[in-house]
Amino acid sequence: MSGERRSGVGVSPGTAAGPVVQVAPPVKAPADEPAPADAEAAAESVRGALSAVGEDLDARAAAADEHAQPILKATAMIARDKGLAKAAAKQVAAGKGPATAIAAAVDEFAAQFEALGGYFAERVTDLRDVGSRAIAHVLGVPTPGVPELSGPSVIVALDLAPAETAALDRSHVVAIVTEHGGRTSHTAILAAQMGIPAVVQLPDATGIPAGTTVAVDGDAGHVVLDPDTRLLEIQRARREKLAAALDELHGPGRTADGHAVALLANIGGVDDAVAAGAADLEGVGLFRTEFMYLSAATLPSVEDQADVYRQVLAPFPGRRVVIRTLDAGADKPLAFADLGEEENPALGRRGLRLCQARPELLDSQLEAIALAAKDTGAEVKVMAPMVATTDEAEWFATRVRAAGLPSAGVMIEVPAAALRAHHVLSHVDFGSLGTNDLAQYTMAADRGEGELASLLDPWQPAVLQVIEAACKGGHSSDRPVGVCGESAGDPFLALVLTGLGVASLSMAPSKVPAVRFALSRHTLAECRSLASAALDAPTAERARQLVKAGAKNEVTDLL
Amino acid sequence: MPQRTATIGSSVGLHARPAALFVEAAQGTGLDVEIGRPGEDPVDATSILGVMALGAKHGEEVVLTAEGDGADAALAGLVDLLNRDLDAEE
Repeated sequence: MSGERRSGVGVSPGTAAGPVVQVAPPVKAPADEPAPADAEAAAESVRGALSAVGEDLDARAAAADEHAQPILKATAMIARDKGLAKAAAKQVAAGKGPATAIAAAVDEFAAQFEALGGYFAERVTDLRDVGSRAIAHVLGVPTPGVPELSGPSVIVALDLAPAETAALDRSHVVAIVTEHGGRTSHTAILAAQMGIPAVVQLPDATGIPAGTTVAVDGDAGHVVLDPDTRLLEIQRARREKLAAALDELHGPGRTADGHAVALLANIGGVDDAVAAGAADLEGVGLFRTEFMYLSAATLPSVEDQADVYRQVLAPFPGRRVVIRTLDAGADKPLAFADLGEEENPALGRRGLRLCQARPELLDSQLEAIALAAKDTGAEVKVMAPMVATTDEAEWFATRVRAAGLPSAGVMIEVPAAALRAHHVLSHVDFGSLGTNDLAQYTMAADRGEGELASLLDPWQPAVLQVIEAACKGGHSSDRPVGVCGESAGDPFLALVLTGLGVASLSMAPSKVPAVRFALSRHTLAECRSLASAALDAPTAERARQLVKAGAKNEVTDLL
Repeated sequence: MPQRTATIGSSVGLHARPAALFVEAAQGTGLDVEIGRPGEDPVDATSILGVMALGAKHGEEVVLTAEGDGADAALAGLVDLLNRDLDAEE
């Protein structure tokens, strides 16, 4: 069916084409697997499957880069584990079929690891991956996970889990397409990091035969099957023109009439910091600090924390780095500060609420940041997640100042804080809109629920109106308000946000050049009129259309 | 049966890389080696899942037993390994 075009949701911009590589989904044991007629043959089949999985993983480890190698080696070790083989053999002896036996053995260990929590619970993913591969071997179906890539490929999956992408050979992936997933899914974040186009929510994506050439348009959200050479040529020419336009521009973000909008990076660790430090941007607008706490069994010492902060701050002498304090909660539990299960973690004791219950965590983090700030020349600011009230903002600012840090801010991700921004911000030095959570809380739609992608669209006029309220509060209290959600990286939405009055835009570094380009072609007055058009639109789709229609052609033609 | 006590030196506990290194070393002895908390049922030290499921944390005491030729020397090596912070070493 040459030229068939399907539409999904574009979550990472750009265009690319290549052959489809399907990521096979995890395999489950069939519920009706019969008891084995020959117990010895069944036991042999289990042993054979586990050892084949071990060999396959070892072979892949040998060919993998240094990042993926330890993960694959450790997974291979699990496949060859005597304990796992014994547990499965016991199940076979009890009359279970080979696939069911493997699944039961895996469940047995998974339950033990989950009970241990923290670090140990993370290994459950690897264990289940081994089980799924062994079951696939027993059943004679394709091995789940990402197959080995031999050249440029478009990765297609039902959805991508973090574990599946760890072993992904990034040098060969030109685009990612998923059938499920949302705007803030792992796929979207990964593709943005890699700077490659991605489309999620594509109907029947997993039904596209492997090897089919597809053209992916991550801006429009289209995927064309077996594209003709004309389309590929158009996309190629557009990529080249865009690259040329982006290459011409450098330095701080400016509108066509010189209004400054700082262009910043969202980072989540030391590697990101080093990469962003080398990029043409004005600093870091969001440093997520969770990575160093979520994997720790106990609260790391102040000196250990400070060491990591020094490494993150080092690449930014003279530039700003906004550090978000610990954003943990029931969905991202800390081994050393678990407040217990919650029915509704997104609305529970997370972010600053957790830190208010355990202030020693925040104090130790602030102390470490202050130590690191002294040793590096970066302009350090800290901000609290999940602030809803003036009292919370004041509580946080007091502790930040007590730690000797010069600048305290709050995330504006709860509509209450946006509506009351004038008062909330009067206690702090700045605000930063976390548009992913702001959309979730404004639209009452779970961020993790792919089916609700359209409600979580940051173009939703209600979300824009809440952003406008926050910007007005920032203006009247004379405090700058920035944006650090993924929406800041959408060049057209960046124009709207600028028109609404935001002072900075923080995004995946790969998105900065396109945003810089869009800003440079519009005046502040033009941004304001695009913003009011978007606010007046009845729907998200219409808001997007109106802004694209109102933006300069040289920008819409290329982005 | 030769028996030795060790204290987990790895800051992350006997888990991930430290667990893998320990299990590889235990497998390398070619002996039946067991590890457990004092007074509790031990697990097979050559099983990565068994060792990880033990969930031994940093600073915890564990008891190692081994049987066969060279068991004493093998245990001494394993105790030394456990006492170090394997996660910090590259």
